[in-house]
Amino acid sequence: MSQLEKKLSDGVFTVTAEVAPPKGTSVDAVVDQAERLCGITAVNVTDNQGANMRLSALALASLLHQRGIETVLQVTCRDRNRMALQSDLLGAAALGIENLLLLSGDHSRFGDHPDAKPVFDLDSVQLLDMTAGLMAGMDMVGKPLDGTPYFFPGAAVNPVAEPFELIFQKVRKKVESGARFFQTQAIFDRVGLERFMNAMLPLNTPVLTGILLLRSAKMAHFLNDHIPGVHVPESVVARLESAADPFAEGIAIAREVVGWSREMCQGVHLMTLGHEDRIPDILAD
Amino acid sequence: MIISERKPLDEIRKIVEPLQRFFLIGCGACATVCKSGGEEEVFQLQEWLIDQGKEVTGSVVIDEACHLPRTGRDLRHHKSAVQEADALLVLACGGGVQSVSSQTEKMVIGGLNSVFLGNVKRFGQYEEKCSLCGECILNETAGICPVTTCAKGLLNGPCGGMEDGRCEIDSELDCAWHLIYERLKQQNRPGVFARRVPAKAWSKSCKPGRHQLKNTGR
Ligand code: SF4
Ligand code: SF4
Repeated sequence: MSQLEKKLSDGVFTVTAEVAPPKGTSVDAVVDQAERLCGITAVNVTDNQGANMRLSALALASLLHQRGIETVLQVTCRDRNRMALQSDLLGAAALGIENLLLLSGDHSRFGDHPDAKPVFDLDSVQLLDMTAGLMAGMDMVGKPLDGTPYFFPGAAVNPVAEPFELIFQKVRKKVESGARFFQTQAIFDRVGLERFMNAMLPLNTPVLTGILLLRSAKMAHFLNDHIPGVHVPESVVARLESAADPFAEGIAIAREVVGWSREMCQGVHLMTLGHEDRIPDILAD
Repeated sequence: MIISERKPLDEIRKIVEPLQRFFLIGCGACATVCKSGGEEEVFQLQEWLIDQGKEVTGSVVIDEACHLPRTGRDLRHHKSAVQEADALLVLACGGGVQSVSSQTEKMVIGGLNSVFLGNVKRFGQYEEKCSLCGECILNETAGICPVTTCAKGLLNGPCGGMEDGRCEIDSELDCAWHLIYERLKQQNRPGVFARRVPAKAWSKSCKPGRHQLKNTGR
């Protein structure tokens, strides 16, 4: 059983972070970065994040695993059909990776290969179903596996998106399809998070709040304009704009969201984008 | 209707460059409505070729260029003009071009790009609503196709990129799942939301498609 699974089942407040594979084969820097993360249970390894082509997430997750760093392997439906997804998941299991974050994935149009054919043979719910099938010893067509993988599958959600009922029906489906935890999109809205966590109660599935470290008002504007599903509210932008030290303000904002999460959620997922050294400040009570 | 548009003239110019005599073919159906391969466009192309110092041996606008026997008949009808040409230049969708190429040994040049199966919104404005997946889910999705009108073809609800009911790939586009949700709610039925939709059987739209009408009375 992974540490992530163990901590979440024991009800321990759990912290995850994330790293992105390099564009190229130089993995030393990102391995160092992952090794420097402190107070973290597992580190997500992103899968061609933002539809930008990078070294394989599975390869990096495996390299980190060999160094004793627990990972959450992100798997998207954008680049692989159901056969490739199944064989990659079997490969992940053979390499010792248990934690998964199963996603639809950003559309290729956003990334650095806009002419790539977006696959989306499966959606995230079907990917979860397929994973549950593998864990039950069967592939998608019902053929038995020689050696059954064990995973701790998770899913993503944007808890403050509207209409809530439409978003939440998919959350419910994801739980029915075997999602054992959620990592959320970056959150800055306490009321929205509260509404979501209330709805989550009957589903009994742990939620790690997504926390994005904002460095400046400019970054907040960029996220609002260009990153699908991320919304930084006006009040937060205003705080960054009027702060003497916007980066310190960004850390304070992140720390507040950690505070709400300690009250309402089961953990946090930190997206610090190169500022891993500030994680202790963000987690400070 | 198959939506098509003329290839850039520069591209056509490069292909016709080494050749001299052309027989022109248009299509009386979709390409006429799209104003990419009707009488008028065939005439314009003829004028353009002549301007380039080329010869046009003849032309025809086939009723429906995707109809193989009709295309064959029209080509036979213009046999000598076809024979005189170095190449047949076709202003029809990719299907139409291949009706022609399957009926002649001559070089065939396609003058159009075929874009999608589209609905006409108003003249000159088309929208893709169906991508012919072979297993239609419209009855559960309030008559709105997620396979085609969701940019990712998702079957179990919206992705995390939906914002204010708009699609993540283009804020001008409605999110298909938002539309489906609103319409089903208005009709007060759960529709597709009542179940987890399993992975799609893409074998139903395996390429190349073949279809044989059953019970034709024979
Ligand atoms: S589900 Fe969509 S793509 Fe498939 S046949 Fe129906 S309308 Fe066409
Ligand atoms: S925003 Fe809606 S229509 Fe666009 S890709 Fe996501 S689910 Fe599909």
